[in-house]
Amino acid sequence: MGSTPDAVVSARRTPPPSEAVLRWVVPLGSIAAGLLAFGAFVLAIGHDPTEVYSTIYEGGFATAFAWNNTLLRAAPLILAGLAVAIPAQAGLVVIGGEGALALGALCASAAAVPLLPTLGAGALLAGALAGMAGGAAWFALVGVLRAHRGLNETITSLLLSYIAIAVFNHTVEGPLRDPSSLNKPSTLPLPPQSMLGAIPGLDVHWGLAIGVLACAVAQLALSRGTGGFALRVAGGNPRAALLVGLPVGALIVVGCALGGAAAGLAGAIEVIAVHGAASASVLAGYGTLGILVAFMARQQPLAIVPVAILMGGISAAGSLLQRRLELPDATTMVLQGLLFVAILAGEALLPRARR
Amino acid sequence: MKVVEEEKVPETVAVQKTMETMINQDKATLIFATSFGYFDPHMLRIAEKYPKVRFAHGGGMWTEGKHPRNAGSYFGYIDGGQYVSGVIAGHMSKSKRLGFVAAKPIPQVLRNINAFTMGARSVDPSITTRVIFTGDWSMPVKEAEATNSLIDQGVNVVNCHVDGPKVVIETAEKRGIMSCGYHASQAALAPKGYLTGAEWDWATPYGMLVEAARSGKPHLNFLRGGLKEGFVKMSAWGAAASPKARQAGDAALASMKKGDSIFKGPLKDNKGGTVIPAGTTLEMTNVELEKMNYLVEGVLGSIPS
Repeated sequence: MGSTPDAVVSARRTPPPSEAVLRWVVPLGSIAAGLLAFGAFVLAIGHDPTEVYSTIYEGGFATAFAWNNTLLRAAPLILAGLAVAIPAQAGLVVIGGEGALALGALCASAAAVPLLPTLGAGALLAGALAGMAGGAAWFALVGVLRAHRGLNETITSLLLSYIAIAVFNHTVEGPLRDPSSLNKPSTLPLPPQSMLGAIPGLDVHWGLAIGVLACAVAQLALSRGTGGFALRVAGGNPRAALLVGLPVGALIVVGCALGGAAAGLAGAIEVIAVHGAASASVLAGYGTLGILVAFMARQQPLAIVPVAILMGGISAAGSLLQRRLELPDATTMVLQGLLFVAILAGEALLPRARR
Repeated sequence: MKVVEEEKVPETVAVQKTMETMINQDKATLIFATSFGYFDPHMLRIAEKYPKVRFAHGGGMWTEGKHPRNAGSYFGYIDGGQYVSGVIAGHMSKSKRLGFVAAKPIPQVLRNINAFTMGARSVDPSITTRVIFTGDWSMPVKEAEATNSLIDQGVNVVNCHVDGPKVVIETAEKRGIMSCGYHASQAALAPKGYLTGAEWDWATPYGMLVEAARSGKPHLNFLRGGLKEGFVKMSAWGAAASPKARQAGDAALASMKKGDSIFKGPLKDNKGGTVIPAGTTLEMTNVELEKMNYLVEGVLGSIPS
């Protein structure tokens, strides 16, 4: 804006870093840096880094069993990451995914179990839709508070998440409790044979495919769709968006609701594919790990898939790290944390316009 | 024999995968699963998949005909110990008000609150127990608040059933009241006010399960025991316990070790309804008691629903 025509010309003359460099070299370099830093940490606590690396590879990626383990752990992280990445397009940092996930699980269980006798397998679809609706409604509330009251969405989503989890616990232990769930209060369970099964050839439920599909659709909508474009404009420069007549408030609410639907679906899949019922076990921290995944994927829906697989692989390898090398459980968290910091630092190195 | 272990496994499919890695990569032949949420569906599913491996779960309800034979559950009836704690607390409480900090209103917790109260009321039927549920297993701040609030209401012996009794016991000691411990001995945390406590002695059931596996005997599918069977023990009587209280504690402990039951009719809940009719005695091992959903007469508090 302030630049003279000469400056513009000279800027054009220095070749910008190519697309490939930005897309691949920077993130992969960051991951390598994170792994190196982790190696230094491992060395500092008296272990052999190469042994730790090879154990992570063995536990997460070396065999078909390890891959199944990794993909199974990655499945919920994909949708949990998408729950952060979609509102991020509108410039919002929504971190209360755990609450939307909890309500999604609750709604899914409440809808699927009573409908099972009449709808059969259709009840699972009803459960998934109910879960999405529950999560979407919760996050829409965050969007409304942001758009119409100017409340910071990070704080409101975090606080609303506590409320959602309290509602979840109250309902599971009270009104919707299966009286026969004695020492582990749960809602009425789906019979195992009616639950969402495994993808043929894999030991992983269909939730993985649903997550990948959701990411692909989101990516397409963002890069090709007018709605996705409008969302990004509203996020990039809300004032400009208002000037060109975009309904910024509505876009914020819709962006939040879509993110909530992804988190709700993650919770619903935990119920219809993994647990069969809603109980405190469903709240395993996926909503929180999803924040990490989305930021590492630089909020790009398709990039969430490989990042979630990387995170899944690290958690899968955690078993072997604990038992073979007697490293504490927190080791995997140190690695995840270092990767997160390295990727954010790598992003900061990118030229401004490309961020 | 080699033991491999993994900590902090969340109650998700991660449980199944952890068990499978133990079986496939470490060649484990007997697996102990020690969190409630590991049992159904995770452990049961893996037990069906690996019929040659034995699985033992702490606290689950293994059911004949419904669950695989290579799976099982073990648990201790620690309410007998809570009853003995109650007898000692009943002798020591001058205010006749006892307090109980509890996590969730599930049967195992309700049994402990009720047994503690019944022990105290066997000494003096005018004693009451005030109970506060914190809502979750590990809530240190709420546990401290609950303990303080109980003390402010005149409670002078406090007991608890939460994951870590440390906060409750230390708060009681700091405020100068007496306490009964849980899970393990907390005597060192409260040298002045610690009366006694109900402790687990897991070496007994674990030893039985390992021995059966080693000698090729059938898996112990449903293993339960209390003070009598050595699954549970008492902390040594604390310095604060008077000679009279110790004597009564010794007598109550001897009766528990004989296998006497405390759940004898007529027993009323705290809403006035009869929960065990006159003339009926439920043995401590009766699975009916594992479905407990009431607080007995003398407990001040209600089960949130």
